[in-house]
Amino acid sequence: MDGIMSKNNSEYLIERNDNVYEVVIGLEVHAQVTSNSKLFSSSSTKFGAEPNTQVSLVDAAFPGMLPVINEYCIKQAIKTGIGLKAKINNKSVFDRKNYFYADLPQGYQISQYKYPIVGEGNVILDMPEGQKQVGIERLHLEQDAGKSIHDVDPSNTLVDLNRSGVALMEIVSKPDLRSPDEVNAYIKKLRSIMRYLGTCDGNMQEGSLRADVNVSVRIKGSTDLGTRCEIKNVNSIKFMQMAIIYEANRQVDLIEEGEEINQETRLFDTKKNETRSMRSKEDAHDYRYFPDPDLLPLEVTDEFIDHLKSEIPELPDDKKKRFIDEFKVSPYEATILVSDIDTAKYFEEVVAKMGKNRDMKLAVNWITGELFAVLNNKNIEINQSPISAKNLAKLINLIKNGTISGKIAKTIFELMLDGDLDPQIIVEEKGLKQQSDPKALEALIDKIINENREKAIEYKQGKEKLFGFFVGQAMKASGGKANPQLINEILKKKL
Amino acid sequence: MTEITSLSLFELIKNIKEKKISSNEVAKSFIDRSEKSKKLNVYVTENFENCLKLSKEFDNKPNFDLKLPGIPIAVKDLFCTNEVRTTAGSNILNNFVPSYESTVTQNIWNEGGILLGKLNCDEFAMGSSNETSFFGNVQNPIAKDLVPGGSSGGSSSAIAANLTPVTIGTDTGGSIRQPASFTGTVGLKPTYGSCSRYGIVAFASSLDQAGPMSKDVKDSSILLEVISSFDNKDSTSIDFKRNNYSSDLTRNIKGIKIGIPKEYRVDGMPGEIESLWKKGIEYAKDCGAEIIDISLPHTSYALPTYYIVAPAEASSNLARYDGVKYGLRSSGESLIDMYEKTRSEGFGEEVKRRIMIGTYVLSSGYYDAYYLKAQKVRQLIKQDFDQAYNKVDAILTPSTPSSAFKIGEKSNDPVSMYLNDIFTVPVNLAGLPGISIPAGTDKNNYPLGLQIIGKPFDEQTVLNIAYSMEEKINYKNNITDWWME
Repeated sequence: MDGIMSKNNSEYLIERNDNVYEVVIGLEVHAQVTSNSKLFSSSSTKFGAEPNTQVSLVDAAFPGMLPVINEYCIKQAIKTGIGLKAKINNKSVFDRKNYFYADLPQGYQISQYKYPIVGEGNVILDMPEGQKQVGIERLHLEQDAGKSIHDVDPSNTLVDLNRSGVALMEIVSKPDLRSPDEVNAYIKKLRSIMRYLGTCDGNMQEGSLRADVNVSVRIKGSTDLGTRCEIKNVNSIKFMQMAIIYEANRQVDLIEEGEEINQETRLFDTKKNETRSMRSKEDAHDYRYFPDPDLLPLEVTDEFIDHLKSEIPELPDDKKKRFIDEFKVSPYEATILVSDIDTAKYFEEVVAKMGKNRDMKLAVNWITGELFAVLNNKNIEINQSPISAKNLAKLINLIKNGTISGKIAKTIFELMLDGDLDPQIIVEEKGLKQQSDPKALEALIDKIINENREKAIEYKQGKEKLFGFFVGQAMKASGGKANPQLINEILKKKL
Repeated sequence: MTEITSLSLFELIKNIKEKKISSNEVAKSFIDRSEKSKKLNVYVTENFENCLKLSKEFDNKPNFDLKLPGIPIAVKDLFCTNEVRTTAGSNILNNFVPSYESTVTQNIWNEGGILLGKLNCDEFAMGSSNETSFFGNVQNPIAKDLVPGGSSGGSSSAIAANLTPVTIGTDTGGSIRQPASFTGTVGLKPTYGSCSRYGIVAFASSLDQAGPMSKDVKDSSILLEVISSFDNKDSTSIDFKRNNYSSDLTRNIKGIKIGIPKEYRVDGMPGEIESLWKKGIEYAKDCGAEIIDISLPHTSYALPTYYIVAPAEASSNLARYDGVKYGLRSSGESLIDMYEKTRSEGFGEEVKRRIMIGTYVLSSGYYDAYYLKAQKVRQLIKQDFDQAYNKVDAILTPSTPSSAFKIGEKSNDPVSMYLNDIFTVPVNLAGLPGISIPAGTDKNNYPLGLQIIGKPFDEQTVLNIAYSMEEKINYKNNITDWWME
């Protein structure tokens, strides 16, 4: 579950001596394309299969084998581009990025270098201090490499090619991010958009989403960019944030000591919580990019793009706007409800099932309160929710029409968890219906006042705090079933 | 009846269909003659036993509707053949047995062809004399110690020596046409995109193209009809309407316009090449063609352009031979050490030279000056042809600037070796069809070829002109079987 933002300021500044530094961050996110088969072969992409069972002759780069573009992956990349409000390029080119490694069977990775399939776009972040736009530089398609496994055999490295050739989208942001909190919001927003589109499942544990993080620092207010370091292949938001904090402070320390920052590639050591130099700019690979002669330039027509546009579902930003307009929820509530497509779906289903006499406030509170707490405890997603939207809507309606009190509702909610039970039936079977008969309640209250005459006199003399005592006594006497509103009214009259 | 092995493919098919000879007899004849011709060193891998078995199976259950009914065919060892070792003439693939079949060879087997064996070639098709093969040089049946050309040298030698009825080669810069020219045989490089590259060990992907090699033009047309096909496993394969090349073959080329490019008169070209070309022009006129002088102004840049583009692609294409997955692996202290030892031992000198050239021209800082410039020049060369084809239907040139040379004569002089490709390379750069047909001999009685270059996808016109001129030229190889003594 996405956490609810509690801070009202996402600024991140580093103060040293009399200087105030800001950190400038750009991300290269590698998102695995949701597709049954690989970018250039028909092998399966299913996660978790036995090593080397999902490898075609193309994936293993046998002599004479040729790549053939998987049209579905192209569609997915274009859809993602549309979701990023980006320019879709009618012509793009697949290049070869040449380097040797044991898990790179071809000796080159097929990627897009000069002419990516998607150009400039942007993403809107909802930060506590307001909205922030982050520029997208480009999105390009490329093949993933296999996996080298160093810790199974004491003297050999083993290679698993199941991942070799799986389609990745590399989404490159502009250096527009300024804090670990913004990075958190950016990754979550990106993931949310791609989940809405069904183009990437965003599962970071399975490696479906990883990022290279570019970090530089500068005196706040400066417009020049400092020398950047690239932290390679970080696979969780938490590690990204830790790496940024470490790296930014390291760079500030260097500057304060009057030293230069070397442009280099670094690794984040998650155990020691530090970044380490991997290779300097001088040692950078010469990848000898050139257009892959096995593949013709990729051309997509405007009709093709327009057709995909027509398949794009309502995306988080639009959905948020609609929720605010149509359901009168607050922007803050809307942000939470749309952050995950399944949450939004659940919410809309609850709203629909509540019918005419719907209560948005109750719906939002029950979903983001009780239900989220249960999901968090059970560590499950909302689409696996033990309580269906239909039954939650019924429960809310029972509160709304006065059949049960909010307090009883909580008890019923707990009971519903055991097999998505119908709250109406629970109310009837357990006799939990709220007591709303004024005559019965009056008798009950008369009895309580009689039994507590002294306190009633104290109340009349001005000890207003005692009102709560009488309410509590009345609720207790009714077994929690008394209609609290009626109790209030009757007590006021009688006292 | 003449010896079976000296029959053309067309005659063999006719005899088999008329049940005058059996597939098994044909297979036996070519195998017997091949057994006696080991000195030529044309085979890297023989498939004789299996071929005999399959020919018997064909005879037991013949299907005469096929285009190559029970015809044994040896192929260049660059085509991957299922369960039959495929080496590309390299030590690094010395032990490599594919589990799959190239589309082009599969097309042949689908039409009744039977694999006779895998033919020697320059290592990864890099060479013009078959001297770079890990499996040793090939003798040209024309004369002792003469190179058969390259890279499809095993194929050209096997055709000239009657060791296979027809064969297929691959042509990246002239590797079908130059060896055909050196051995007095016919070799056709089709338009880029005609024949699938799937399952062919790659040299330079944007130039490689498979094609037929045969004793005469008609045989090439029969084989082209079989191997040319659209293949969705090759993204550069083109879906165009293919002719029935053999039945559409005609000697009626009256009124066809043939261009003579003045830039092909290169400095230092031997007089006998010049006079062969002149004779060729006369033959073409005799056939009813109209001769038109044309200009292909960027011709002189073709060779340097080729020797940037081809090595660049090769340097990347050959990166997969790293000892990790298949083929040769030398043991090393570390991954890098293993790579270095494997590739040092696995590749020969010429392949290493081209990998280094290719790596250099793609390097950052040199890319624009070499690779990018070469790509631009390549476009200009293509435009030269496009403009010429506004005026003419085909172009006539010599196939090579000289006849076959002696083994060892040029092997230490790569540039002089590269010059062999000067007339064939522009055709690959422009992706056009080109054929070499035997047209005469030099002072040593070594064969010389003429090249006919066509419009894209117009193999039929190229074949028709060749077929017509072939009749007028009436060339006959004088093969003495000297190697059998």
